[in-house]
Amino acid sequence: MNAIEVNNLTKQFGDFTAVDHLDFEVENGEIFGFLGPNGAGKTTTARMLTGIIKPDSGQVKIKGIDIQRNPIKAKQIIGVVPELSNAYTDLSAWNNLQFMAQLYGIPKKEAKQRAEELLMMLDLYERKDHKVKTFSKGMKQKLILAMSLMNDPEILFLDEPTSGLDVRSARLIKDMLLELNKEGKTIFLTTHDMEEANQLCNRIAVINHGNIAAIDAPEKLKMRIGGLKWIEISFNMPVDFSDLHAMQGIVEVQKSGDKLRLYTDEPGRIVYQLVDYSRLNDLEIMTLNTMTPTLEDIFIKLTEEI
Amino acid sequence: MTMIVIDQLKRAWAISKKDIRIYYLRGPVIIFGVLSPAFLFLAFMIGRDLPVDFLIAGLLGMTIFFTSTSVTPVIAPTETQTRNLERLAASPVSITTILLGDILASVLFGIGISLVPILLGIALGVTIIHPFILAVAIVLASFCFSAMGLIFSSTPTGMTSTVMMMSMMVKFPMVFISGVFIPVGELPQWGRTLALISPLTYITDLCRYSFQETNYYSVPVNISALIMFMVIFMITAVKLHEKSLPKRL
Repeated sequence: MNAIEVNNLTKQFGDFTAVDHLDFEVENGEIFGFLGPNGAGKTTTARMLTGIIKPDSGQVKIKGIDIQRNPIKAKQIIGVVPELSNAYTDLSAWNNLQFMAQLYGIPKKEAKQRAEELLMMLDLYERKDHKVKTFSKGMKQKLILAMSLMNDPEILFLDEPTSGLDVRSARLIKDMLLELNKEGKTIFLTTHDMEEANQLCNRIAVINHGNIAAIDAPEKLKMRIGGLKWIEISFNMPVDFSDLHAMQGIVEVQKSGDKLRLYTDEPGRIVYQLVDYSRLNDLEIMTLNTMTPTLEDIFIKLTEEI
Repeated sequence: MTMIVIDQLKRAWAISKKDIRIYYLRGPVIIFGVLSPAFLFLAFMIGRDLPVDFLIAGLLGMTIFFTSTSVTPVIAPTETQTRNLERLAASPVSITTILLGDILASVLFGIGISLVPILLGIALGVTIIHPFILAVAIVLASFCFSAMGLIFSSTPTGMTSTVMMMSMMVKFPMVFISGVFIPVGELPQWGRTLALISPLTYITDLCRYSFQETNYYSVPVNISALIMFMVIFMITAVKLHEKSLPKRL
């Protein structure tokens, strides 16, 4: 049984189809990234997966439980970190966590122990009795993560969990997600941050206009798109573009600051040609890097195609 | 099934406790729930020679009405604005549980504040002739008006002022057709017809019965009417909130 199974999921807002017949599965224990540009349908999909809104058609199963037919049972085993900070700012961190525990029916003793553990782990214990309105954005986000973990969920849904956070807080949350995944939790991560997805996710789905453009492991996605390797080079003086264009195997030449980007499928062969070219023209190579496509390149290509 | 219901009731109580901590002392609750009925009543009472028990019965009915309808309309728009609603919607509670939690907080506020006119009446020498009926009436009316407040708060907005403005547009006229200031029996025919569709009529009538034994409708009719309005308001509120929730996320 998969952690999440999505069949034919569709949601319309008036004439606009936000999510269009989605089908995918998330395996147990994986970190699944859900990428897409603004308005692609990411949050709508995440809200249907977590039972917050109802789909127009289709089915979502959480550990085999149909979330539409049995929402209470399905929601009991998931944790949710919504996109925007939404702890109760007039309550203390401690009271927010206890409120979550009560919503999930966690016994008092267990709730107290779990809240203490989470606050310690997220470096918030000293501020546990302070109202959330006095917290920084990073602290609020950590608290929201703690709130989503109060019920020790089997599956954790996170919508842009590190958005707007400083480097240290973002790193802490990412490390914690990896740790939680190591403990066996399945993580469904909605994000804009390609680097975050690249670092964390076992598999990624790219969504655009409510459709899935591709699902695969990040490295496989990169390999899937050909013609995107390039060499970045800079010389000690300007060079004639047409000389470089004339080299065999170069698809395109682009200027990038004081460097040149040479797109090719055969970077190894082109490097030799560039060294010969520099010798012949009495040029000095200042920098030379071979580059493979980033997840961002893949994302741009995929979201342009649909 | 029974376990699920008990479980959801416990969770509704958790929501009530949260509401009590956060919303009781909010400005709109104090202004529209406590100060408005007090000033409205003073405006009516000053300069008129009316029996104290008549005044206290009217004040009590109006107090329950204003206080119980002032908490629930604040919660939904505030939680829409602060994005807490998504957190609640993602947790294992039904919309009915969330609304029941809000209602319970509102009911306790209504019952608590209603003690003020009762104690004031006792201090002024008013006797409660039917305390049990009065207690039942206060509890029923608090539930009924709290559910009514939920109907106002189903408007998909994050602006508390919008909801409060709408609710006051309905609440103020109701005060004048429900026998608070003029007994239903003394209203013109059209007034008596309008009084029938106002739940405030029945709680005011029950208050008059409890303090003065001068009721226009019989006690069972008043109680049945309050129960009927409560059920209608609750079902309508659940339906409306189910519809408006996605628009408020």
